[in-house]
Amino acid sequence: MTLLEIVNISYLVSAVLFIVGLKRLSSPATARSGNLLAATAMLLAVVITLIDREVLDYIQILSGIVLGSIIGAVFARSIQMTAMPQMVAIFNGLGGAASALVASGEYLKLSSYESIGIEYSFTIALGAFIGSVTLSGSFIAFGKLQGIVTSNAVSSMVVRGSNPILFIALVGMIAGIIIAPENDLLFLSLIITSLVLGILLVMPIGGADMPVVIALLNSYSGMAAAAAGFALDNLLLIISGSLVGASGFILTQIMCDAMNRSIWNVMFGAFGAVTADSSDTNNQVNQAISTTAEDSAIILAYAKSVIFVPGYGLAAAQAQHQVRELATLLQSRGVDVRHAIHPVAGRMPGHMNVLLAEADVPYDQLYSMEDINEDFERTDVAVVVGANDVTNPVSRDVPASPIYGMPILNVDMAKTIIFIKRSLSPGFAGIDNPLFYNPKTRMLFDDARRALTEIVNAIKTL
Amino acid sequence: MIEGLLVSLFIFILAIFLGFEVISKVPSILHTPLMSGSNAISGIVLIGALIVVVRTDEMLGTVVGIGAVVLATINVVGGFMVTDRMLQMFKKGPSENNP
Repeated sequence: MTLLEIVNISYLVSAVLFIVGLKRLSSPATARSGNLLAATAMLLAVVITLIDREVLDYIQILSGIVLGSIIGAVFARSIQMTAMPQMVAIFNGLGGAASALVASGEYLKLSSYESIGIEYSFTIALGAFIGSVTLSGSFIAFGKLQGIVTSNAVSSMVVRGSNPILFIALVGMIAGIIIAPENDLLFLSLIITSLVLGILLVMPIGGADMPVVIALLNSYSGMAAAAAGFALDNLLLIISGSLVGASGFILTQIMCDAMNRSIWNVMFGAFGAVTADSSDTNNQVNQAISTTAEDSAIILAYAKSVIFVPGYGLAAAQAQHQVRELATLLQSRGVDVRHAIHPVAGRMPGHMNVLLAEADVPYDQLYSMEDINEDFERTDVAVVVGANDVTNPVSRDVPASPIYGMPILNVDMAKTIIFIKRSLSPGFAGIDNPLFYNPKTRMLFDDARRALTEIVNAIKTL
Repeated sequence: MIEGLLVSLFIFILAIFLGFEVISKVPSILHTPLMSGSNAISGIVLIGALIVVVRTDEMLGTVVGIGAVVLATINVVGGFMVTDRMLQMFKKGPSENNP
């Protein structure tokens, strides 16, 4: 068997391991082993590539790998679970950057060839384009999640209007690179324009749409790797990249469905400007009933069943451990406690699940929207911690509302609702939540963490 | 060359369909780990980076290639490690280690 055959068989084994690994990632019981399997596949692919290429100077490569491993490991160990969306955003960006660099490296090689196949220069240009868009888009997404970049939907006409122009320019540049591959300036402008497009694509997207954006960038990072695979004519890169592309796309679709919006609407439709109709719908009472931690404690302690509804505010206040403490305390008093998780609660897909898991909440107490929605009407108390739009009954009852049709958690069906929130301010969508003024609702105006701690202390003294 | 590209295209399209099949039934509690795990897999471009470094014979190519190696390695190592750290926390109740 030649070395080339051994290498290709090893790549095939790697590809199979990636597929099996991903499959195992789709069940809680096997997920950890699936991740390990995928990591093993990666190690195999790297080792076999190094053997294959008869590397003369291992020092450079190994120092690159060691440096990358140290940085990656430090990140992975030190990151707080609340900051997981930021971490995934950065990693998506780095993956995109690596793909763009690989495409650039291939481009530099081009000049040494006599004749260049069209498909070769095309895939290189494509890899540079997708990689660069992923890079800059991810860093803007990171900036928004971190609060460095303003999180309002900056839907200025300039940004919206310039994207199609940029896109047409990029198509022109890619065509130009196919025709004149030796023009370095053209390649450089392709990368710069792609970076600008990435910034402008993510810039107008608001905070609550972040789960969609992160999932989409995840998909892009896979596609960038696949494009690099085309440029290098490497099947393992193509297979693994497209698997990731597909998985990111599925998540994007799930997130969009959970908001009853199309991906087109999230990316290009401004949101939040439409608030006019909300004032008409609830002019009736507009009197929210506020409560105290002590009163909430009594309501909760004597309830039979309680459902917690966590949202982004839980992550912002780092209150996941307090939720767990309260839940455990209530369970020890015989209360049936569950957690209801909306698909787009938080800033990335599955964000709330990770936070509650970190706080030791067993995953069989976490319920998805479709599994728990019918149970709200038989539930004594629903406690909303830092969620808002995903509980807003307007999306069910008011056809004129911009969020009409978005699936919500039926929190308003519960016998009593405790809303832990800093103020009556509307959520990201800019739409007032009639649930605040529901006679069954008690508003607890406080920071989630402090409020929950006070409730726990109050229950202990009962 | 075009024939080679066609084979690649075949595999690309089939892999996308495979990806849809494999992942479409992931429960929502695993969305974040799936994301960071698949993100680590997209770090496979590390292989591409290694090939670039090995094949180049000029300074700029080496710099670009090594840069790609470092970034892709951060993606791979960080991605797999943080996924493992997350999955470690997912426990089926009732768990014994209550605080």
